[in-house]
Amino acid sequence: MTALLRIDDLHKSFGGVAAANGASFAVDAGEFLALIGPNGAGKTTALRLMAGLLQPDSGRIFFDDRDVTSLPTHARVRLGLGFTHQIVRPFYSFSTIENVMIAAGHRQTESPWRALTARSRQAARERAAAILARIGLAGQADQSPRALPLGQRKRLEVARAIALDPRLLLLDEPLAGLSSAEAATMADLIRALPQSGITVVLVEHNLGEVLRVADRIVVLDGGGVLADGVPAEVMARAEVRQAYTGTS
Amino acid sequence: MSGYVASLLSVIGINMILALSLNIITGFCGQVSLGHAAFYGIGAYTAAYLSKLGVPLLLTLPAATAMAGLIGAVVGLTSLRVRHDFLAVTTMGIGFVFLGFVRKQKWLGAELGISGIPASGLDPLAYALLIAVAAAAVIAFSLWIKQSWMGFTFDAVADDEDAALTVGVNVPAYKLTAFGIGTALAGLAGGLYVYFARIILPDTFDFVQSIAILTMVVIGGTGSVWGVVASTVALTLLPEASRAASDYRLLIFGTMLILVMRFSPGGLAGMARSFLGSYRARRRAAP
Repeated sequence: MTALLRIDDLHKSFGGVAAANGASFAVDAGEFLALIGPNGAGKTTALRLMAGLLQPDSGRIFFDDRDVTSLPTHARVRLGLGFTHQIVRPFYSFSTIENVMIAAGHRQTESPWRALTARSRQAARERAAAILARIGLAGQADQSPRALPLGQRKRLEVARAIALDPRLLLLDEPLAGLSSAEAATMADLIRALPQSGITVVLVEHNLGEVLRVADRIVVLDGGGVLADGVPAEVMARAEVRQAYTGTS
Repeated sequence: MSGYVASLLSVIGINMILALSLNIITGFCGQVSLGHAAFYGIGAYTAAYLSKLGVPLLLTLPAATAMAGLIGAVVGLTSLRVRHDFLAVTTMGIGFVFLGFVRKQKWLGAELGISGIPASGLDPLAYALLIAVAAAAVIAFSLWIKQSWMGFTFDAVADDEDAALTVGVNVPAYKLTAFGIGTALAGLAGGLYVYFARIILPDTFDFVQSIAILTMVVIGGTGSVWGVVASTVALTLLPEASRAASDYRLLIFGTMLILVMRFSPGGLAGMARSFLGSYRARRRAAP
């Protein structure tokens, strides 16, 4: 397998506190990778660095062998590096289907000039409707995101990311705040993403679901990589149990 | 048609272009601007200066549009660094910088402005019709933007810039485009005003003018093309209706702004939508 995403010796500090401290790992195409670690381990910082929402103090990020370290978020998205927020951020002035349409029409929104000359939204609407049906939100298409419960808003966030045709999707705690039934449904949904050609990097606290869905786990601690491997093997390591669960 | 009606038509048309130009920046793209009169002024001074050099109207109007749009796009760079109330204060400062600059430039007439501007070559009625055609073109262009993917993307930027980035929108490019288009159209309004008034004074483009333009947008309904068109006609005609309304223009505009913000933040367009919604609901409920 070839690495689709590679991060190399990333460093990022906030007020002297190192949130990323030499983190290095790669993600292969088609893989489902989970980033785990105790609170403050640097998981979300690593994800935000990969998405371009933060700039590293040093280190490089490569996507499909291209150095994307200095690229802004929107440019990375257009290369196929999708991202979902930990706290959902739908466009509240849009309906549910319009939230997905704006992503499904990403070719029309590529530049202001192209957007000015493109008018038909029919193809984007049809694609958005298909994605909503696949993700179980067809019945909520015309509702405002304000009317959706958290579980459905989380699914909308994933639907919007899928509509961008990403090759790799960075998911920041998509199960946070969900009931165990909702979390299981969401985990099944994202587990199926690699089957449609989407590589997944998941940051998640829900260890039970992580162990169920991930192909590989990277454990972060203190902003660096503590362990990297298949879930059962990684979780059996003493240093991981020590850092992650506080027991040896 | 009397000269008075032609004059009224001209003022309505110029105000309409101005309000619709700000509507693209503030209503469509969500970028607050409190210094829009500066771009009206840049267009006016450009057209006035060139016309005094003997340049014909057919060239001064595009030059006024281009100059205001160019400077507007540069000013739009500030919107990439600051947001919301900080952007409002920054654009207000730009309005003051413009006034402070022109008032000290002898080659622009300093405090006395530019007078003796050559006639357009058209009679008042024909010139009023030219302004009306320009206003109609700006309405059509605004509607086109609103219905295109650009309008849809502006809506996303206005709603949540960070979320827009994550759906691949080049937010800085869209914000600069909104500033560029909006300020260019304000420059066109300024150019048209020059041949209508034949004299320009710095105070015509002051902070009060910026607020008057914003009032037309807010009362019409920020983002609504037809709402802004309706409010421009109403607010331009109001001071003409009575001497008292003219004398207390600022008081009336200010009071209307407060009332709209309190009772109908969607402006006239919001009221119309709400009325239509209840009317349809009543019709559906009727046996």
